[in-house]
Parts: sequence; structure tokens; C-alpha cells
Amino acid sequence: AAGMFLRLLSDIQWRAAHPRWRRMAGSPRSSSTTAEPRPLALPAQAQVVICGGGIMGTSVAYHLSKMGLKDIVLLEQGRLAAGTTRFCAGIVSTARPVSIELKMAHYSNKLYQQLEQETGVQTGYTKTGSISLAQTQDRLISLKRIASSLNVMGIPCEIISPKKVLQLHPLINIHDLVGALYVPEDALVSSANVSLALATAASRNGVQIHERTSVSHVTIQKGRVTGVETDRGRVQCEYFVNCAGQWAYELGHSGEEPVHIPLHACEHFYLLTHPLQEPLSSSLPTIVDPDGRIYIRNWQGGILSGGFEKNPKPLFTEGRNQLEIQNLQEDWDHFGPLLGALLRRMPAVEALQIMQLVNCPESFTPDMRCIMGESPTARGYFVLAGMNSAGISYGGGAGKYLAEWIVNGYPSENVWPLDLKRFGTLQSSRTFLRHRVMEVMPLMYDLKVPRWDFQTGRQLRTSPLYDRLDAQGARWMEKHGFERVKYFVPPGNDLLDLDHSKTFYKPDWFDIVGSEVKCCKEAVCVIDMSSFTKFEISSTGDQALESLQYLFSNDLDVPVGHVVHTGMLNEKGGYENDCSIARLSKRSFFMISPTDQQVHCWAWLKNRLPDDSNLVLEDVTWKYTALNLIGPRAVDVLSELSYAPMTAEHFPSLFCKEMSVGYANGIRVMSITHTGEPGFVLYIPIEYALHVYNEVMNMGQKYGIRNAGYYALRSLRIEKFFAFWGQDLDAFTTPMECGREFQVKLDKGMEFLGQEALLEQKQNGVYKRFTMFILEDHDTDMDLWPWWGEPIFRNGRYVGKTTSSAYSYTLERHVCLGFVHHFDEKTGEELVVTTDFINQGEYEIDIAGQRFQAKAKLYPFSSLFTQRRRKDEVELSGYQRE
Amino acid sequence: FYLTPPQVNSILKANEYSFKVPEFDGKNVSSILGFDSNQLPANAPIEDRRSAATCLQTRGMLLGVFDGHAGCACAQAVSERLFYYIAVSLLPHETLLEIENAVESGRALLPILQWHKHPNDYFSKEASKLYFNSLRTYWQELIDLNSGETTDVREALINAFKRLDNDISLEAQVGDPNSFLNYLVLRVAFSGATACVAHVDGVDLHIANTGDSRAMLGVQEEDGSWSAVSLSYDHNAQNENEVERVKMEHPKSEEKSLVKQDRLLGLLMPFRAFGDVKFKWSIELQKRVVESGPDQLNDNEYTKFIPPNYHTPPYLTAEPEVIHHKLRPQDKFLVLATDGLWETMHRQDVARIVGEYLTGVHHQQPIAVGGYKVTLGQMHGLLTERRARISSVFEDQNAATHLIRHAVGNNEFGTVDHERLSKMLSLPEELARMYRDDITIIVVQFNSHVIGAYQNEE
Repeated sequence: AAGMFLRLLSDIQWRAAHPRWRRMAGSPRSSSTTAEPRPLALPAQAQVVICGGGIMGTSVAYHLSKMGLKDIVLLEQGRLAAGTTRFCAGIVSTARPVSIELKMAHYSNKLYQQLEQETGVQTGYTKTGSISLAQTQDRLISLKRIASSLNVMGIPCEIISPKKVLQLHPLINIHDLVGALYVPEDALVSSANVSLALATAASRNGVQIHERTSVSHVTIQKGRVTGVETDRGRVQCEYFVNCAGQWAYELGHSGEEPVHIPLHACEHFYLLTHPLQEPLSSSLPTIVDPDGRIYIRNWQGGILSGGFEKNPKPLFTEGRNQLEIQNLQEDWDHFGPLLGALLRRMPAVEALQIMQLVNCPESFTPDMRCIMGESPTARGYFVLAGMNSAGISYGGGAGKYLAEWIVNGYPSENVWPLDLKRFGTLQSSRTFLRHRVMEVMPLMYDLKVPRWDFQTGRQLRTSPLYDRLDAQGARWMEKHGFERVKYFVPPGNDLLDLDHSKTFYKPDWFDIVGSEVKCCKEAVCVIDMSSFTKFEISSTGDQALESLQYLFSNDLDVPVGHVVHTGMLNEKGGYENDCSIARLSKRSFFMISPTDQQVHCWAWLKNRLPDDSNLVLEDVTWKYTALNLIGPRAVDVLSELSYAPMTAEHFPSLFCKEMSVGYANGIRVMSITHTGEPGFVLYIPIEYALHVYNEVMNMGQKYGIRNAGYYALRSLRIEKFFAFWGQDLDAFTTPMECGREFQVKLDKGMEFLGQEALLEQKQNGVYKRFTMFILEDHDTDMDLWPWWGEPIFRNGRYVGKTTSSAYSYTLERHVCLGFVHHFDEKTGEELVVTTDFINQGEYEIDIAGQRFQAKAKLYPFSSLFTQRRRKDEVELSGYQRE
Repeated sequence: FYLTPPQVNSILKANEYSFKVPEFDGKNVSSILGFDSNQLPANAPIEDRRSAATCLQTRGMLLGVFDGHAGCACAQAVSERLFYYIAVSLLPHETLLEIENAVESGRALLPILQWHKHPNDYFSKEASKLYFNSLRTYWQELIDLNSGETTDVREALINAFKRLDNDISLEAQVGDPNSFLNYLVLRVAFSGATACVAHVDGVDLHIANTGDSRAMLGVQEEDGSWSAVSLSYDHNAQNENEVERVKMEHPKSEEKSLVKQDRLLGLLMPFRAFGDVKFKWSIELQKRVVESGPDQLNDNEYTKFIPPNYHTPPYLTAEPEVIHHKLRPQDKFLVLATDGLWETMHRQDVARIVGEYLTGVHHQQPIAVGGYKVTLGQMHGLLTERRARISSVFEDQNAATHLIRHAVGNNEFGTVDHERLSKMLSLPEELARMYRDDITIIVVQFNSHVIGAYQNEE
């Protein structure tokens, strides 16, 4: 049966050529009542069941089968490649701002290029190149940033003049252009045929493909996938992959235990025309005009042009179960502005005859990045969906990473930016999704500037102090649904409105944050840090300590009251999480992690803690309000409020104690600040939050206390060379690579996760090294500011990228943090990075094509630390070397 | 240079006026819901006038547009005076007596008209006494003539028109000791004005028209579409009956010289008008009045100039043609407008634009290409038009303004083109008249419920 199926697939005309097959497939139930045997019976079990026969499902099947998995079943409710994939515009473009997306697109391009040869299925692959146009200088900067990323990946690209655009594409009106990005290797494909080609190859490798088979729900037992229920019966399986595209959300919610996949469909329109009188060459490059919100590609001698309008039309908010995407109504009035932009860009096509206006729903996600990975609540339940209308560009790479994830337990690249676990249940509200995707879709072509915050779906999780802080001029950003203060605008100080504040240069809050930083250095500031993820782990016996000693690299067997900074590492020694753990008692621990760790860390611990009813893991994030008191006078404020001595002798650094503050008792005070400055974090049961805040502010007045926000915190931590998880640290970074060997206790007397890998690194050296760069010839007022992802050059050769950056008000210089690799000059092979290698180079940072000299440092400036406390474990990275 | 949309709007809206018939007891029992009016000058100063008033001693409402020529004096006088002449013509004998007695004994007069005026619509204070005296003479004659019959609206309208024109002529012949007034009455008589007046009383709509302004009824068909019904005849060379009438009134020897280049005696566009004594008086009378008149009049080449082939005056009359129409529920609105509008827009388009505006049909049928051959450019034009239609509808709160916007700004596709609108409105004074005429529009909206109820009673 599989052989017959293969034949059908490799023939593009297969449906017409095999009416018998179609009839039976169309009514599987009735065919079972006839004497005729069903061509393909559903197997009772399989190792992997993939739901969805679009580009994602077929790509996952293709890669899984390539990696040697045999027992794979792909189920498609309608026909293969009949959903969004069928309507996809077929543009494979690598010009992406997010590095992991760029890598996926690059891989997809290479994969599709050889697919026809591999499978014999015509994919329509044509290397046309793409030109992204800039109508403004700011747009050109963003294109130059992308060009920098593409260059260091070895993808040919060029920033070109408007004149050159005209040479490459004679129909383009260039009078309003300032420049463009040309990527000559970008391509066009027929996405449906690519999908069929992948299915053909997969099917050759033994994947069973069943069309006209709907998955009704996935069964989960004890937190593990056990099988799927379909309209043709049940299939038991170990792994389930939800590639249901815009139906992924509904499918995730169909079972008893919902899997939250936050995506939402919007209508997406593009236009097809009849050929030009002199048909357009099929090799003409694809045009992307983000300022005009449109893309234009050649299509059968005419054009195909669509875009991302300002006023998208979300649909299926209530869910609608239809077998295939119906061709929804054309809406010319809605398309009008995009048509106008098209005619402005290509006036010559005015006389072209319209063939069709295609309305094809695309699914969008809350942060414009796709969703992949394993469900935090159901092991073996994988997801690959929410492509934000770049499915064909990502399809190959995304399928590959997900296949690796299933087979190896982890993909070969850091996919945290795409990980399903970056979302929680809170992003799963239909209202939230509907509102958010209406913001996301236009954002596809909006200018992406640093420090952009979403405006919809806000004020969901807030601190009890929200209103108080807001009234004092707080400006907010959002992380994992939680509102956090960026900075406080002093009274009478007006900032630019949102749209005008977009800049790649010095932002308007520069002086405001400067004065907050100064106050942290000289007096005392309060930052509300309630968003941080807070867990408590306790046990009746030693289970808690034993488990944690295995899951964390530092030694947690410390005296009660001590706080330990430690990584939560994977088998390869990479950071799954970076946290601070306080030992509250012999048998209980309090764990602080970054805000976006709430789902990931929970799943990681749940999956690895022993199944022991005497060992309790509790998420107490919501129970505490956290106030960070930063600055030399924090000691004075707190001791006056508690009538307890808070000096270093009585309350050393990295210490934790429950005490009273004002009238409130049971406040958990920790002598850490996440900045390297002296101070404390107060974990306050929420009902006391307002009281303690008021007390602190009143008492602090004579010490010059003021509110501060995260931008000040950021500047402080970066100038101190503090790495943050999620930004600098990821699952592919070990403590050895970022100078945190001192937070690893290889000899703590028991085995821990990642130990082996770290031991090996200790012996053989590291292949990348976290380094701090001080920009030397950078003019803060006039030059483009670094952000993150800027290429680092050592002696003129590319060695890595920055991961974060900030202006240091103390050094009066920009500081970039990033990783330096050592690529062999001839082979490109990665070599060990030594201290000498770092120290002996001349460095430059590339900001949008402009290179700035930078001084590399492996240790922070000692002059920045005015106070030192506990000798044995100072709260900063690598500092004890001094 | 271009005007911005807000600048365009401030020009278009400078003269707009709206009146809503007040409700009693939460109900509007009038067959009129209200009216919108507006005017856009091309001449400086504008030579068009408009009037609207409610008759207080009889039922009904009067609305009229007046298009002046050779100056605005005549149109101004007619706009102030004509409705009083009509109202008086309609008054029953008892009321006339009552008024006369009040004037006689110095008591307060019963108010005859309630005016609905834009602040820019002025009345001449200086002439009011003179005008009043003429009007009083008219009603005194009506009292003397008391026929005892109920007043016929058609007759009243015709009498009022003729009487006012006669008074204008007489006042100029008699003159006034006050030199300002003396010059004024002469200017009124030597300039001219057409008039198109509607009298609405319940379901009875009378249009009295003199000249080439026009009245048009907007009718909504059963399928919701809009059609136009003319309620006046233009008195100009394009109207065969009118040419015939003029020819009948003069000897055959003048046949060839009566209408030349589509103008009366080769000079005047409208074939009926107030004032214009140069087409009414004998040559002797004209010469005498001009010679004895003030110097300004004497210096004016136009007034001294006698039309060629001037043998058997009068050549011109102010007598209106009156059309009576019984309002039906499908009659939704009435447009009275001077020829400035009708030169640029077909009445069918006027009916559609106003109809769609008044019924708020902003939601449009979606466009489908289907199997038709449509180019991207055509589609773009179509979509732009639809957007413009929606946005201009939302911009205007006044149907007359909306109509002017279309009249001035319409491009070849029949949609408002901001660029064109901006160009037309920013023309310098001396050029404006070459591209467009003064436009004055009154849009009266009818109350279909009340009209329906009238119909059921009958």
C-alpha cells in the first residue's frame, strides 16, 4: 500500500489520474462497509504521529524519517498541502532580523534547492533573489543590520542604491527610495509542491501518510502522550506532533488536558494577475517594500502581490472546524491601500488584468515568532505552528530542529526564542490572542527598533504597587504578561509619543535613566521586581537537597540563610536556567529565576524531580511582591525600618533572613540586587506590599530615595559584566564559557547534571568565551546605538555576536557583551578560545555595517565596585580572580 | 499651492446652514423634517441669494434661491421682499384687515414670517421703511379687492412675483429723496434676478420659478435607487416653449433679433427675471430715469446702453411658472439650486448623491471581479472612489455642502478629487468666475411618515 501511495504522490496529476483512490479516501467510513479493501488502514500504533499535512508536518516527517525513525504516521484532515500551504506565496527569504529564524530560512533554501533532484517532484524552485526596499533612512539602518547578520553567516547580500534596484528590476519606481538590501540567493517555490516533495521523500523512507483523517484529540496519561483519537480510530504513540497550522490552538484544547498553543488566524490577501503583454521573466527578483507594506513576486508572467495591512482582520476567534480552508471572500476595499502601494511601486502594472484576489488565513503568534517545542505539561506532545506567514521560509529549518528535538532530546541550535515554553496559559486567552495578533500582523512590516513593547494585551499581570508607581510617572514594558517599569518620567518632563520615540540612535529617556543610575550609585533606589519567577522546594527529609544538588551545579548544601547563585544545567553543561537559591531551612529552598522561566523551569524541574509525595515544588511567584533596594544607603533605610543592624558584619552579602519591615512581619530579605551594587531584595507577602513600599519611601526620603526601573538595572548589570539568562545565557552556553566556573562545584561530592561536560571543558578548554566590550570611538549622541546581535570582529575577522548592550553611565561608554569564538583561518573549524586569544586581539563591533573599535575585557572594572563583602563568594562573575 | 483638507472644509462650510423643524410633543407633525442650505461664491461679492421662512399666519414654509446678474442688488431685494409679498397674497381677508388696523393704530404687528437665516444673509435696514410702504400699499389693495374667495396658492405666487417686480420698477421711477436710497432702488431695478421658490404646505408643494434656477424632487424607487423629478422649467433659450412665448409676444419682424446666441436680444441668458428694467422700460423712460438719476448711474456704461433691436418693450417678465405637486411618501427631498449647480451636475447624479447622503447609505456592496476583465488601475480607481465617497459623506453634516463638494470637486469618474477641489477653491477672484458660477443650494428633507399619514386620510 505504501508503494502505491508513493506513486500517487510523485505524480502531480495524481488526483485526476486516480479517481478510484479519491473516491475511497473521500468517504473512508462508507468504503469500510463495501467489500473493497481499504488501501491504507490506520496502524494501531506508531512511534510518532504527526497531525497536519502542510509544509510543517511534511517537513517534520521528512526530517524524522531521514534521521532514521521508521515508525511515523502523518495524518491530514483534508488533502496534503491543502491549507495555508496551498495558498502560500512561495517566497523563500533569508532577510530576517531574528538570528534563529535567519538560520532556519537559510537551511530551508538549501533544502528546497536540491529537493527536486532528490524526490523527482517539481518544486518550482527558482533562485530569483529578493530586494528589500527602504523608503527611509531608519528602514535602511534596519536592512543594514540584517545585512551584517547575513554577511557573517556567509549568505551573499548587498546594500544597493536605488539605481541598482532599477537595473535588477526595471519596473520598480525608485524615486522615493534611499536604498535597498539585495539577497541574490533568495528563491521562489511552489509551496504545495515542496510539501508534496517532502511527503514523497518521507513516504519513501517509510512514513505512512493518511489523508482525510481527522485527529479529534490526543490522549495524555500521567503527563505523557499515549495516543491519538481520529475519526478512523485510535493510534497509540509515543510522540505526537501538532502541525495543525491555524487549527493548532483548537487541537491543543481538544483533549482533557489542554495544551496551550497561542496562535490566532488573520485573513491575508494577495493578488494574482494575468501575464504582462511581454510576460515578466521568472527570474525577476522578489520585491519587499515594507514601508509600502507589500511584497511583489513574478508569477506566471504576471505578478503576485500581497502585504500586511495596518488593520488586519482576525478570524476564527471562536474556532471553526472546517476541513480545508475555504477560499474566503475577496475584500477589495480592504486590499485597496495595498493595491495603491503596489501601483506606486510598480506603476507599469496598472494595465495588468486581475486574475484573483486570494484570501488565505495565516496564523500569527503573540510575539511574531513561530512556536516549536514540547508541551510543558504533556511529555511527548510536540508543536510546530504559528509561522506568522513565513511558513515556507522556515518550513525546512523548523522541521529539522523539531525532528532533532524529538530524536536527540534537543535541537542543534538555541531555539529558546521559538520555544513553546516561553508562553504560559496566560497567552492562551482568545481575547488576548485576537487583540495581540491585530497588533502583530502590521508589525511584520513595521520598523523594528530596539526596546519595542507590544501595546495590546497589557496590564494583565501587575504588581500590587502598579497604580502607585504609575501615578509617579512609571513607563511600562511587559515580560511574560507582567508589567515592569522601564523608568520614571519626572513631573514636567515630557517624552516623545510612542511613534516618534522609535529610534536606532540615542533614545529620549537617556538622561532620565542616567539620573536613576546615579541615584543607585550614590543613594538608594527602589525597583519593583515582582515579575521574577519564584519557586519553593521543600521536603520532609533530605529529598529536596539531594534533588537540587543533582539539578544545580553549585553546592547548595550551605548553612541556612545563605543564598547561592547557580546554573540549572543540561547534560551538555548548558544553562537551562540561571537562578538564585536561598536555603530557608534544612529542608526548604526558595528559588528566584528570570520572569520568562516560569513555564520552562517548572517543566524542567517537574520532569526531573523524583515522583515523591514528600517532595513539594510550589510556584509562589504570585505570593510575593519583590522590592529591590539598590544603593549604598539601602542599609540605612532598612535598618531604620527594622530596628535591626543591616551592616555587612550582621547581614553579609548573599544572605537571606525573614524579618520585620515597618509593621509587617515575615518579609524575606536577601542581600542581593542583581546588579553588583550593594543593597537588598525584599520578598513581601503581597498584602503587605503597599505598606512596606510606603514605609520604605517615607523612611528613604532623608537618604534621597527614588523609584527606578529596569533600564537602570540593565545599565548597571551590563557595566558589571553580569550575564542574564535568556539574553546572554542559553542552553548552549556553559558556566565555563562565561567565566562562572566559581559557581560550579565539580567537587561537591556528588554527581550533578552537566558535570561530565563541564569536566571535559575544564580539561580541554572552551570554544567560545563571554567577553565584555567597551566601545572606544563611539559617539553616544551621534552614532547608532548597539542593541544585540551585532557581529564582533577580531583583527578584522568575524568571531561572534553580541548578546546585550547598554550605555554605562559610570564609564561614559557603551558596553556590549558577547561571545568570542576562534575559527581556524583556513578551515573555519572551531578552536579552543584561550585568555590570550581574547586579550591579544584588536576588536571591532559592527553596528549596521559601521565598525567601532572596542576594547575586550574578560573581567569587569574593579573600580566599579566600591564595596566588597564576603570574600569567599562575591556576587559577580569571575571577580574572585583579582 | 494646495489647500489642505481642513482649509477646503472651512471654505465649503463657511455659509452652510441647517434648520430642523421643531418637534411638538416629541413629534414632528410637519411634512418637512428640515432643510440644509449653503452657497459657494464665484463672483465677489456673490450675486446669489437664498431665503427660507415659515409662514406664521397661514400654514406652510417658503424656500427660495435667487440668482442675481449685473450686480447683486436685485437678488438681495427679492430675497428680502418676495416672501412677504407671497405671504400677504396668501393671507385671508380678516388677517389683512387686522394687520392694517394694527399699523393704522400703531399697535404691534402680527408677525407674518419667521425667517431661517444664516448670519451672512442680511436685510437692508435703510430700505426697510420704503419696502414696507410698498408692501402696505399692496395689502391695502388686496383688502379693497376682497373677492371673498379662498386664496389659491398658484395665483398668490404669480401675483406676488408680478407685484414685487412692479414695485421695484415703480420705486426706481419715482426715486427717493434720500440719495442712498435713490441710488439703491435704481441699482435694484437696473440689475436683475431669477427666483425659484417652493411653498410647502402639507402634501401640497408649489414651485414658482422665474428664470433658470431649478427645483428637483428626489424620489426613492422601490428598489432603493434614486431618481430625479424636475419641478420647474428653465426660462432660457434651451426651452422651446419659452422661445415660442417670447416670439409670440413680439411682432414677426423681430423674430430674428429676439434670441441671438441663446440670449434674449443677444444679451440676457434668463428669459424671465426680476428687475432688468433695461428689458422692460421704453427707451424714453430709461433715458429719463438715467439722466435724472445720480451721477454714478450716469457714469455707468451698462445702464446707459440700450439693447440692440429694442422696439417693443417689455421683452422680459417676472411672472413665474407654477408647478403643483402632491407629495408622496417616496418623495424624500427637494433640491432648489441656482444654475451654478446644474451646469456642473446632472439632476440624476444630484438625486443619487443627496439620496445616499440623507439615507446614510455608506455601507456598500462588496466588489467582486468575477469573470470580468478588470485591470489593476481600474480597480484602484474604483476603490479610491468608494473610499472618497465614504470619507466625504462623513465629512459633511450638511447635504448642501456635500452637494457643493461634489459639484466642484468631481473628477471625470464622478468622485470627489481633493486635488481638483483644492484647485477650484484656490482660484483667484478674477479667475473663479471663468471656471464656475456662484452656487446656491437648498435641500429640503420631507417627512415620509407625515406624508404617508396625509395620504391615508385622503
